[in-house]
Amino acid sequence: MNINLKINGKTHSDDVEPRLLLIHYLREVVGLTGPHVGCETSLCGACTVECDGKAVKSCTMFAVQADGANVTTIEGLAVDGKLHAMQEAFWNEHGAQCGFCTPGMIMASKQILDRNPHPTDEEIRMGLEGNVCRCTGYQHIVNAVRAAAKAGA
Amino acid sequence: MATTIAKPELLVGKRLRRREDPRLITGTATYVDDIKMPGMLYAVIVRSPHAAASIKSMDVSKAAQHPGVAAVFTGKDTEKVGPVPCGSSLPGLRVPHHYILAPERVYFVGHPVAVVVATDRYVAKDAADLIEIDWDVRGAVADPEKAIADGAPPVHPQWPDNKAFTHHQEGGDVDKAFAEADVIVKQRITSQRLIPTAMETRGVVAEWRAADRQLNLYSSTQIPHLMRSLVAQMLGLEENRLRVVTPEVGGGFGSKLNVYAEEALMGFVAMKLGKPVKWIESRRENFLCTIHGRGHVDYYEVAAKKDGTITGIKLLIIQDLGAYHQLLTPAIPTLSVLMMPGLYKTANIRADIIGAFTNCVPTDAYRGAGRPEATHGIERMVDILAAELKMDPVEIRLKNFIQKEDFPFPTATGLTYDTGDYSLPLKKALGMVGYEKLRAEQAEKRKKGELMGIGISTYGEICAFGPSPATPAGGWESATVKIDPSGKVTVMTGCSPHGQGEETTFAQIAADELGIDIDDILVLHGDTAIVQYGIGTFGSRATAVGGTALYFALQDLKAKIKKFGAFLLESDDATLAGGVVTCNKTGASKTLQEIAGATYRAMKLPANTEPGLIATHFWEPTNFTFPFGAHIVVSDIDRETGGITIRRYIAVDDCGNILNPLIVDGQVHGGVAQGLGQALWEEAVYDESGQLVTGEMTDYVLPRAHMMPWIESDHTTTPTPVNPLGVKGVGEAGTIGCSPAMVNSVVDALSPLGVRHIDMPMTPEKIWRLVQGASSQEPVARMGERL
Ligand code: FES
Ligand code: FES
Repeated sequence: MNINLKINGKTHSDDVEPRLLLIHYLREVVGLTGPHVGCETSLCGACTVECDGKAVKSCTMFAVQADGANVTTIEGLAVDGKLHAMQEAFWNEHGAQCGFCTPGMIMASKQILDRNPHPTDEEIRMGLEGNVCRCTGYQHIVNAVRAAAKAGA
Repeated sequence: MATTIAKPELLVGKRLRRREDPRLITGTATYVDDIKMPGMLYAVIVRSPHAAASIKSMDVSKAAQHPGVAAVFTGKDTEKVGPVPCGSSLPGLRVPHHYILAPERVYFVGHPVAVVVATDRYVAKDAADLIEIDWDVRGAVADPEKAIADGAPPVHPQWPDNKAFTHHQEGGDVDKAFAEADVIVKQRITSQRLIPTAMETRGVVAEWRAADRQLNLYSSTQIPHLMRSLVAQMLGLEENRLRVVTPEVGGGFGSKLNVYAEEALMGFVAMKLGKPVKWIESRRENFLCTIHGRGHVDYYEVAAKKDGTITGIKLLIIQDLGAYHQLLTPAIPTLSVLMMPGLYKTANIRADIIGAFTNCVPTDAYRGAGRPEATHGIERMVDILAAELKMDPVEIRLKNFIQKEDFPFPTATGLTYDTGDYSLPLKKALGMVGYEKLRAEQAEKRKKGELMGIGISTYGEICAFGPSPATPAGGWESATVKIDPSGKVTVMTGCSPHGQGEETTFAQIAADELGIDIDDILVLHGDTAIVQYGIGTFGSRATAVGGTALYFALQDLKAKIKKFGAFLLESDDATLAGGVVTCNKTGASKTLQEIAGATYRAMKLPANTEPGLIATHFWEPTNFTFPFGAHIVVSDIDRETGGITIRRYIAVDDCGNILNPLIVDGQVHGGVAQGLGQALWEEAVYDESGQLVTGEMTDYVLPRAHMMPWIESDHTTTPTPVNPLGVKGVGEAGTIGCSPAMVNSVVDALSPLGVRHIDMPMTPEKIWRLVQGASSQEPVARMGERL
């Protein structure tokens, strides 16, 4: 099946098998390996990307379902080499250790602030419910989201 | 542009953000699954659905003929490869031959039996489904206590008692201590099987360059060099023809401190087919086939005097080994024995281990590896003893602590604790939490029937592995420092970090020692073709051992820089400081950049001096380090639901000198999350037939952001004399200190109901039952007490 979509501002047109997952399309066809596969069963959030402004787990979507969509991956966040405020906050607050969950975490964190620019700690934690990090214990991630909110991300 | 600017400000001890992060936060880091090579094939492994069975017949023809399939290999094809290595040796240890693909019999669910290699992973999966296997299913045993009981089905037919080894250790006079005791408390304590769950599963890419006789293996591992030695052996390949690269590693926690069947298997496939091949573990495979942690059933007895002085400890560990020994499987419970006295003076101990084979995936090192079990045991027992004697848990600990002036302290288990002041973190933690006030509040609440608990653990751990004679594969670590002709510095460390931030901390050490800008320093690791032989990152050793190797390599280099600088200045009295060598008489100076250039141009050389600026140091520690600390958990229990709310979590850790407080805090937080995971939620459950019931993330409860309390962490600083940096290690501290504090807190809350022990995980259901049992006037449930 042929799909046409925008990824990080660029138009892509590809022939894909109907069963190809969006995460595999992004990683293997488009070559964007920032989103990761941590479970393939929609439980870890490592594959989180933005699809038409909404954070989605790209392992739960087929590539064909993204036909016509506007997709942003972690690679598309920094503009002209300038980090997105959420990326900067993850760096400053040590929100990443091994980094494997990080692209998904940053996309999910960005979504929290897109919906609610001034979340409480509890709202941040609830907003991250779908993303697993095995390294950080989440505290520095919460700090990062808080810092990004303060910076007006 | 001058490379080196005088840089008086020291970086060690600063809260620097990490230098590895730009690639992680932009999604541009390269993990194994991100590697793509021309003509690369994908492998899918076919695994046993049974815990114990024999292959009657296997038909791979349909799979082999499936379009896109390059090859199918079974155990018959790979019989000569391997075995999967066990690196630990205990007297009389029974080591089953561990084939990389089972040729005939399988011993656990997930045991690999065939590999399908195809042009793409979807095709490989389709083809794998076409393999037909006729199984002869046998009786399985999944519980270690049942496995060693009479009549249990033998895991390995040649050893019907299912005992891989027994181990006995004794110190002092235990019988006398118990005979003369005023009080003896006993408890059965379990430390359940856990699934490490690194967020990146394992993965391997193998590339065979036949013309060069060179195998390149990209693997998500904590130990690239050891893997190279061991996989070369497994494949019968000369070690210098194997290059192991660890790209970015997405977490390990011990689960990647191993050599698995798949590394050799992918090497075998690549060599057979002459094409690069990739295998990425699925999450389900990760749960079924990557090692688990813990798996202890412990029987404790503690003897004491009326005043609370502990006089003796007896411990029987029944260790669930699983079906095989992975790299360190049998060694893990011996670490528990070493640490069984905890921070207490007790001179009399007796420990026995029974290593039990079960039809489960092997257990091995998982964050803390043997020490969380030991700490959990002793810290629970101390609380049980305090309850028996109606003493305050703080008082009994202070009474039994090894005192500051006792160090170096020889333990009853044969260790020498390096240094400590155990009351320091405890007192700090008590102050932070407001202990007296909380006890008063608790007394008020108890009058109203409310359940509130204060749990304390004071832990010690053994870190910085370690002196080589005490470790299976060498306990040293290596570092090379190169200074280029332009004065830029490259550090190569033999430990292979995977989230611990050594690209930052090691650069901090080098920047301070050389007196140069941190941006002039690059830290490399994890590629056996680039980095000198090293051991790896595990056991909270990287900074204490690898950082020290770096420190000494830098001293060697500094001596050469100074010598060269003095030579260029024609000075016999010169000083190196801030990256500049200055003649103390004339004040003339040479920068590191000028000196580096001169060492390579080598127009003139000082006598007996080689050109170039490079130094390698292999550092062998004389002892382990023994960090310690105190964790306090304040919890409230909901009588109606059994739900536990953590009101306060205090962690005061003493890991010696701190190179980067930001990174240390991160290590503590992550460690505590894994400790709470064990205390409250996580458990790998096998059913009677050996099926892993918690085989997916849906069924295995991992800590998530909304489940975690705010962790109030602080430190005391007691530098170790074992290394010149004074650092002890912190990677596992959070995990080790956590679980007993959490359980002690809940037991304390439920103690008015007569509860004195709860096994982990403390699920709401378990707590609810305890509360219900008590309120319905039934005899007090003493969970787990079967002695
Ligand atoms: S890989 Fe998509 S949620 Fe885990
Ligand atoms: S940083 Fe490793 S899983 Fe989150």
